[in-house]
Amino acid sequence: MNEIFTLHVNGEDREVRDSWLGENLLDVLRDRLGLMGAKGACEQGECGSCSVLVDDELVCSCLVMAASATGQAITTVEGVAPVGAPSDVQQAFVDAGAVQCGFCTPGLIMAVHDLLDRSPEPGDTEIREELAGNVCRCTGYGRIIDAVQQVAVARRSAGGELGAST
Amino acid sequence: MSVIDQTTTTTPRHGALGTSPTRPDGVEKVQGTYAFSSDISADGCLFGVTLRSPHPYARILSIDLSAAWKIDGVQAIVTADDVPGQLTYGLISQDQPVFASDVVRYVGEPVAALAADDPEVARRGMEAIVVEYEVLTPLLDADEAISGMRDPIHPDGNVIRHQRIVHGDAAATGDVVIEGTYEIGMQDQAFLGLEAALALPDSGGKGIELHVATQWLHEDRHQIAACLGFDEENVRLVLGGVGGAFGAREDISLQVHCCLLALRVSRPVRMAYSRGESFLGHVHRHPASIWMRHHATADGEIVKIESKMVFDGGAYASTSSAVLINAITLAQGPYRCPNAVVDGWAVRTNHLPCGAMRGFGAVQACFAYESQMDKLAAACGIDPFDIRLRNAMTTGDTLITGQPVLNVAPVEECLRATSALPLPDEPVGGLLLPDGSQDAMKLPGGAGRTADAADVVRGIGWGVSIKNLMYSEAFDDYATARCRLVDSPDGVHVHLKFATSEVGQGFVTLAPQIARTVLGIDAVVIDPIDTQVGSAGSTSASRQTWMSGGAVNKACGVVRDLVFEQVAAANGWDATGLFIDGTDIVDPTSGSRLDAAAACSGLNIDETVEYRHPPTTEIDENGQGNPHTAFAFVAHRAVVDVDPDLGLVKVVQIATAQDVGRALNPLSVVGQIEGGIAQGLGLAVMEEIIQVDGVIRNGNFTDYLLPTFLDMPPVLATLIEQPDPLAPLGAKGVGEPPCISSTPAVVAAIRDALAQAGVDAALDRVPVRPADICL
Amino acid sequence: MPVMHPTTIDEATALLAHHPGAMVLAGGTDAMVEINDGHRRPNASVVAVNRIAALRSWRHDPAAKTLTVGAGVTYTELMHEPIASLAPALAEASRTVGSPQIRNAGTLGGNLGTSSPAGDGLPVLAALDAKLTLASAAGGRTMAVTDFIVGVKRTAIEPGELITEITLPVVEGWQGYAKVGVRNAMVIAVASVALVVDRTHERVAVALGSVGPTILRCPDAEELLASSIDWATLTAPADALERFAASVSAASRPITDHRSTAEYRRHAVGVLAKRLARRAGASL
Repeated sequence: MNEIFTLHVNGEDREVRDSWLGENLLDVLRDRLGLMGAKGACEQGECGSCSVLVDDELVCSCLVMAASATGQAITTVEGVAPVGAPSDVQQAFVDAGAVQCGFCTPGLIMAVHDLLDRSPEPGDTEIREELAGNVCRCTGYGRIIDAVQQVAVARRSAGGELGAST
Repeated sequence: MSVIDQTTTTTPRHGALGTSPTRPDGVEKVQGTYAFSSDISADGCLFGVTLRSPHPYARILSIDLSAAWKIDGVQAIVTADDVPGQLTYGLISQDQPVFASDVVRYVGEPVAALAADDPEVARRGMEAIVVEYEVLTPLLDADEAISGMRDPIHPDGNVIRHQRIVHGDAAATGDVVIEGTYEIGMQDQAFLGLEAALALPDSGGKGIELHVATQWLHEDRHQIAACLGFDEENVRLVLGGVGGAFGAREDISLQVHCCLLALRVSRPVRMAYSRGESFLGHVHRHPASIWMRHHATADGEIVKIESKMVFDGGAYASTSSAVLINAITLAQGPYRCPNAVVDGWAVRTNHLPCGAMRGFGAVQACFAYESQMDKLAAACGIDPFDIRLRNAMTTGDTLITGQPVLNVAPVEECLRATSALPLPDEPVGGLLLPDGSQDAMKLPGGAGRTADAADVVRGIGWGVSIKNLMYSEAFDDYATARCRLVDSPDGVHVHLKFATSEVGQGFVTLAPQIARTVLGIDAVVIDPIDTQVGSAGSTSASRQTWMSGGAVNKACGVVRDLVFEQVAAANGWDATGLFIDGTDIVDPTSGSRLDAAAACSGLNIDETVEYRHPPTTEIDENGQGNPHTAFAFVAHRAVVDVDPDLGLVKVVQIATAQDVGRALNPLSVVGQIEGGIAQGLGLAVMEEIIQVDGVIRNGNFTDYLLPTFLDMPPVLATLIEQPDPLAPLGAKGVGEPPCISSTPAVVAAIRDALAQAGVDAALDRVPVRPADICL
Repeated sequence: MPVMHPTTIDEATALLAHHPGAMVLAGGTDAMVEINDGHRRPNASVVAVNRIAALRSWRHDPAAKTLTVGAGVTYTELMHEPIASLAPALAEASRTVGSPQIRNAGTLGGNLGTSSPAGDGLPVLAALDAKLTLASAAGGRTMAVTDFIVGVKRTAIEPGELITEITLPVVEGWQGYAKVGVRNAMVIAVASVALVVDRTHERVAVALGSVGPTILRCPDAEELLASSIDWATLTAPADALERFAASVSAASRPITDHRSTAEYRRHAVGVLAKRLARRAGASL
C-alpha cells in the first residue's frame, strides 16, 4: 500500500508510510512510529501485552487494523506519563514488586489505568475479572493486585498522608 | 568470612540484604522504555526468518531456493551447506543440526533461514522456498524407542540415557504395598518475551556481536563460535532484555541462524519469533510416564521405593540426560527411604525436543511420589498430612543415591508452618453479592456460569517436595563477578559486572544489595551484562543467588579487604579487626568510624573473582554417589472447589511454607513463590502441548492455556528462614520449589473433593482435564 | 484510501457495491487474528464500519416487545443497563467473551459474520429466534439468525451485503446462558447452552453452541420441558429435568478435537441444560 495515513497517538499526529493494508496497529506503533512500549506476545489478542487505549477504550492493538484507526485518539504507555515521571499506577507497580521480567507490564499499566478510571475502588474479584485479559507468566498476579489496591487507596486519600508504600 | 557474621543486630538499612529495595530497571519497565531483545534494531538492519519442517520425520530430497531469490528484497538465504564450522550443537551432546541436511526429525526443525529488507518480504521469500521431502514413519512411542525394535532415528541412537539406582536392600518389602502409573503431559515455558536477537557482524567478517535474550551468555557463545568456526573471543554476546525464560532459553534457538545471515551479507540482521514459531523454536518440559511402587510398614513408614521412569526427550538430546538424573535421584521425595530400585530412561522420538523447564525433572517425579503418598496414607488409614510428617527428611538423612543431605532440611517445619496458615474464610461460591445472588466469578466456570454453589464441592490437598540446587554430576559449576570502585562526581560508586542473565527474577536487584551490605556503599551501578567478563553459568537450577550472589559477595569481599588494608595502613589500625556497620568502616579498637564511601575515594580497586561450590560426583552404575550440591524443600496446601458433574475446578487458595535459608529480598522471594505456583497450577489443570502424530495442535495462546488472574488464587506464603551454613549468603535458591509440589497439591485437592462427592477418580495424569473428573 | 470509513449505512453499501471483494471490518477480533496469522490478507480494500453511528445504536420497542441492536454494538455495551435487562442471556453471554479488550471491540455483527459454532452470542440469538437485517445497495432483507448460519464459519451473506441490526423479542419469563471452558476466563466455548423460558407463550427454547457445525436447536427437548413446566413457578420435577438433559445431549452432534472430546461435549450440554432449567425455577 503506498498511501500515507495519519494516526493521532499520545496527542500528536503521526504520519505512517509504507504500511501494508492489513498491518495491525501494534506493528505500526513499534516498527513505523518507534513506540516500542506496547509488546506483542501472541498475535491473537489472548495476552493483553499490546493493550492500548483507542478513543478511551482498552483494546488489543494487535487486533486493530492500523489504517482503520485514523481519526481516533490512541494512547500508548508512552502517553500515560512523561518519561522519568511515572504515573501513580506505574510507581505502584515498581513499589509493590509487581514487575519481574516486565514484558506484560506496559499492557497492564494501560489496563489498570483504564480500570481505575472506570471503577476507582475495585474489589479483588473485580480486579481479577477486569485484568483477565492480561496474562503474566512471572508474578502469579499477587503483587499486581497489591499494586492496584495501593493506587486505589492512595487516590481515595488524595492529598492526605497515605501514599503508595514501599 | 561469611557476611552473616558481620551483620549487626539492628535492622538492615534499606537497600541492604534482608530488605526489599525496588528493582533498578523497574521504572524503565513500567514506562515501556526497557529494551527487550525484540525492541532493539540497527540502521540498515535486515529481518530474518526460519523455514521449518512440516513433517515429524522425513528425508530431505531437495531444497530449491530459486523462486525465493527472485523476490525483490531477499538478501540472504542459508542452509546446512552454509555452516562454516561445526554442523551441530547442543548443551550436553552436540547432536542437533544448525539446519537439517539429510533428514528432519521433528515438526518445526529448521531447514533454512532467509534475510530480507522487511518482515513481509522475508515471509514471502520463505514461502517461495521449495523443499521436497520423502515422508518417513515417525517414532512416536517412548517404549518403542527403548525396545530397540525401531531403527535409530539419529546416529546417536534412540536412547539418550539410561540410568539405574539400586540402594540398600533391593529385595526389601513392606507390609503395605501400593503402586500406580502416572503421566505428566508436555508443559511449555511460555515466557511472554518472544525469541529475538540482533546480530552485528564485524567489518572484515571475522567476528560478530550478538544481542540476545538468553539464560547463559557464555555457553551460547561457546556453541555459536563452534558453528561459525570462530574463536570464542571474536563472538561477543550482549544480553538483550529477557522477557522470562523458565528454561526455554537454555538451548540456543535463533542465535546461529541470525549470525550466519548477518555474516553472509555483512549487514545487521534481526530475528523475532511469533508465538506459533516460539512453540516450535524452543525445548519443552519432558512428558513422562512414571510407574512407582511404595513398600511401607503398617504405620506408613517407607521401606522401599521402586520406580520406572520414561522421559520422552523428543528429537534431540538437549539436557534430557540431566533432567532424567534429577527425576530418578529425587524419586523418594523429601522422605526417608532406606531401599530403592529405580530405572530411568530418557529416549529420543520424533516429538518436539524437550529440555529444561523450571523444576527440571523434579516436577515429574514429584507428581508421582506425592500421588503415591496419598495412596499410602489411605492404605494405612493415616491422614495425608500425618504420613508426610512421619516420613519427613531432616538434615543428615540420605538420598537413594547414598548422598547425605547436609543442608538444613526443615521438611517438618514446612509442613507445620503451612498447616498453620488459615484456610479460606469464604465458603464455596464465596459470599453472596449485595443483591443476594451468587458471584459467578467465585465458582468453577467463572463468567460461564456453569455451576451454582450447590453443584460444587471443596477439597484440600497436600504436596511436599525436594529440589536440588545448582548443577550436578561433577559439572564444573562456577560464576564470575567483577567489583570495582569508581570515583564519580557525587562520590564513590561500586560497579558490578557479571554475565548473569537477568530474566526477571531480580538478580540485578540483589547484587547491589550484596555490595551495599559488604562494602557499606549505597551507590551501586550494574555494568552491561555481556561476555566481557567471565561466565556466570546459566540462570536456571535455582542457582544464581547462591552462585552469582556468591561471586558478587566474594568479589566485594576481596575489594573490602583491600580497602581495609589501605584504611588500616593510613590510620595505624589493625586491618583484620575492621568491619562494616551500615555505611561506616569501624575500628573496634579505637572506636573510630569512617564513612565507607568517603574512605574509598581515590582507591580505584578492581577485582574479578570466580565462585565455585563444593564439588559433586558422578553416580555409578547403581546410581550411587554424591551427584547434587544442595537441596531446598517446600510444602504446599491447595484448596480447590470442584464441580464433579462438569469436571471444572477453581483453585481457591494455595498456602505454602518454603525453605529459603535467608530471604535476601523478601519481596522478590514472594514474587518467585507466587509466580512458580502459577506455573504449578497451570500444569495441574490446564497446560499441555498436544501433539497428534507428531504434529502440534495447540501452538498458540488460544489453545495453550495459561492461568489468568481469574485462575490464580491468593497465595499465603510463609518463609522458613534457617540460614544454610553451606550457602555463601545463607540463602537457598527459591525459583523452582514453588512449581514442583504445587501441582500434586492441586490434584490431591481435586481427589479429596471428589471423594467427598462419592466419586473415586484416579487422576493419575496431569494436566487433569474435565473429562478425567466427570466421565 | 484502501481503508474506507463510511459514516452511514447507505455509504457503506454503496462502497461495497463499488468495491466487490472488499473486506468488511468491524471490531477486528476475528479478522485480525487471521490476518496476523498470514492466513488471510485483504485484497484491495477494506470497509471499516466502526464509524457508522447507526450500527452502534439500539432501540427498544415496548409495544412490539422487541429489542433491536445495531450490528456494531460491542459486547461491553451489551453487558450494561438498560440493554442488559432487556436481553439478560445476551448480557451473560457477552460477559463470557474473551477479555475486556476483546469485549470493547467485538460486536454481535462480527460474531454473526464469522458464525463460528463457538460464537458466544449465537446460541442466545438462536434461542430467542432473533432475526438479522442485511442491507445492500440493491435493498435489504431480514432473515432468521438460524437461517443465516449455514455451516462452520459459513453464512448466507451475499456479496455487497452488510449486517446492520439484530432484532430479538423481549421475553417475559426467564433466560440464561452457560458456557464451558477449561479455564475461568478467556476461553473458546467447549460447549454452551442458551435457554429461554417464555411465559407469555408457554414455550421453551434451547440452543447449543460448539456441539455441531452450526448452532443447534433442540425441538424434542424444548417440547419435553415445556410440557413438564409448572408455568406459575417455572419449575419442573427432577425426573423431567433429567429427561430434558438427556434429550438435549441426544440433540447434540459434537466432534472430538484438540479442545475436547465428543463424549465430554455431549455430556456437558446435558448438564448445562439441566442447571439452566433449574436456575429458571430458582429465579422466582
